[in-house]
Amino acid sequence: MPDAPGLELIRGEIEGDHPGAVLATSFDRDQPALVVDPAQILAVLGWLRDAPGQGYRFLSSLHAADYLPAEPRFAVHYELLNRDRVERLRVKALLADPAAGPDSPPADGQLPEIDSCVELFPTANFQEREVYDFFGIVFRGHPDLTRILMPDDYVGWPQRRDFPVGGEPVTFTYNERNYG
Amino acid sequence: MAEAALDTQTELMTINIGPHHPATHGVLRLVVDLEGEVVRDLKPVIGYVHTGIEKSCEDKSYWKVIPFVERMDYVSYFFQMEAFCGAVERLVDLEIPPRARYLRTIFLELNRIHSHLVWLGTTALDLGAISMLWYCFRERDRILDLFEMACGQRMHTRYFQVGGVIEDIPLGFEAKLREFIAEMPVRVGQYEDLLDRNEVFLSRTKGVGIVPRERLLELGVTGPLLRAAGEPWDLRKAFDYLAYPEMDFKIPVGTVGDGYDRYRVRVAEMVESVRIVEQALDGLPDGPFIADDRKYVLPPRSELSTSMESLIHHFKLVTEGYRVEAGEVYYSIESPRGELGCFVLADGSAKPARVHFRDPSFVNLQAFKDMSVGTYVADMIASLGMLDPILGGVDR
Repeated sequence: MPDAPGLELIRGEIEGDHPGAVLATSFDRDQPALVVDPAQILAVLGWLRDAPGQGYRFLSSLHAADYLPAEPRFAVHYELLNRDRVERLRVKALLADPAAGPDSPPADGQLPEIDSCVELFPTANFQEREVYDFFGIVFRGHPDLTRILMPDDYVGWPQRRDFPVGGEPVTFTYNERNYG
Repeated sequence: MAEAALDTQTELMTINIGPHHPATHGVLRLVVDLEGEVVRDLKPVIGYVHTGIEKSCEDKSYWKVIPFVERMDYVSYFFQMEAFCGAVERLVDLEIPPRARYLRTIFLELNRIHSHLVWLGTTALDLGAISMLWYCFRERDRILDLFEMACGQRMHTRYFQVGGVIEDIPLGFEAKLREFIAEMPVRVGQYEDLLDRNEVFLSRTKGVGIVPRERLLELGVTGPLLRAAGEPWDLRKAFDYLAYPEMDFKIPVGTVGDGYDRYRVRVAEMVESVRIVEQALDGLPDGPFIADDRKYVLPPRSELSTSMESLIHHFKLVTEGYRVEAGEVYYSIESPRGELGCFVLADGSAKPARVHFRDPSFVNLQAFKDMSVGTYVADMIASLGMLDPILGGVDR
C-alpha cells in the first residue's frame, strides 16, 4: 500500500496533469483512498493505469455504496491493484442523487450518472451492470447496461438504503383466493 | 480445438442451454449462437439463484452476518467467513491470537481441497469419467467428517468468529487429520493415474479453451485459471494474512492455459494444500483460540454463572451486538476460485451499512465467451467445467 505521504505524492502528480481531479484523500485503517471528481474519473483511472511509475493495471473490484443520509449520497469504488509492487489503492467517485435536490424541483426517475470504465478495464463489464442493477447508477458508454442479477422487468433499486428489506411483496395466492 | 473454418452454407441458430442443465454446475443459462456445431457467440444469463444476501446482511448485527455470507459460494464457505471476519477485524482493529490464525489456515486449506475435489469429480463426470465422481466424493466426505468433528456441521459451519474461532479442535481431531494428511497425496496420485494419460480426457482438454494471459488479466480473472496460463499470482504469497507467511508451499503454474493445464494446476494445488495443513498442524501454537476482548468476543460459557460483568457482556453482545466505528475496509483472500474480496462499510451502528463480496466466479465468468467462441459445443461444456463457477457465489 502507498503510505499516507505516498498518497499525497500521487495526489500531487495527478493534480499536475489533471487539475481539480482529486477532491480529497483519506487513509483509514491502513487503506489509502482517493476521492475523485466523477467528471474526471476516466482521466484519473487511465492515469493511474498508464502513467510511468504508477502501474495500477488490475481492477480488483468495482462496487458501489449508499452513504445515506450523507450528501452526495452514492459512491462508486474502484479497488485498484498494482501487481508488481503489491499495492492496493481505492478510488472513490461520489455521486449526488439527482432525484433529491433540495432547491431544484424533484425530478423523478432521474438517475445518477458516471462514465463507464469498460474500455480501460474490461473486467468492469459485469460489475458495472451489477451496480446499475442494485443502485440505479448509470454508466455512460457501457456496451450493454441491463440488469444482471434481478429480473429484467424489475422496478426499483434494491441495494439503496431507503429501499426496505422485505420491500419485495410475496403473493400468497392460495390464501388470497380462499381467505382474502 | 483450433478455430473451425466458417461454413457459409449453414445458418446461425440461437439455442438456449439451461438454466437447469447438469453440465452448467448450478442454475446458469447460456444463450448460444451456433453455426452447425460451432459456437459463434455466447451470453451467460445469471441471477436465477440471487437471494439478496448482501441486502439481508444490512439488517443483521455483525456476528449474525457470518452464517449468511457462508451461503454465497456454498462450496468454499470457510473462505467467505474468513473474508467477512477478516474485514470486520480490520475495521475494529482486533488482532487474532496465533492459535486462531493457524486453525483458520488449517480449515481454509481443507476447504480448498474439498472445493477442488467437488470440481474434479463433477468436471470429470462432464467429460465422461463417471468413476472420478465417486472417488472424489469419497475423500470429500472425509473432509466433511473432519469439519463435523470440529464444528458440529458438515457444511456452513459458522466456525470462524470475529476474533478467532468459536471452539478449539476436539480430542482425537489431530489423529484423524494426520491420517487424512498421510492418505490424501496417495489418493491424488490415484486420480492422476486415472486421468493424466487417459486418451479421452486428454483429447477433451488439451488445447481447449485457451485464452491468452494478457486477456485474462484484462478480464480480471484470478485463481487457478490465471495460474494455468503461466501467471504466478496468488494472494497467499502476495499479501500477508493468517499463517501463510510462515508456511512453505509452492504456487503451481501452467504453460499454455488450456483445460489440461487448469486440471493440472488444481490437482497440484491439492497436494500443496495438504502440505500447508501438515505444517500448520505441526506448528500449531498453544494458547487461546479466540481474542480476549469482551467488547467483541463472547465470554466463555463457564464465566456466566460466576461473573456479573461477563453476563452483562454476553447480554450486550447477543442482543444488540457491538458497534463499529464508521469506516470502510476491503479485504481479499485467495479462494479456490481466485480473489475473494469483502467490502464492509460501517456507519457506527451495530449493523453493517454495506457488505459486498467480490466473488471470483462472477468475475471469471466473463472469460467464458473468450474461451468458447470458435470451438465446438462439447468443448464449450468442457471449458465451463474447467472454469469452475459456483452459481451461488455468482448470484449471491
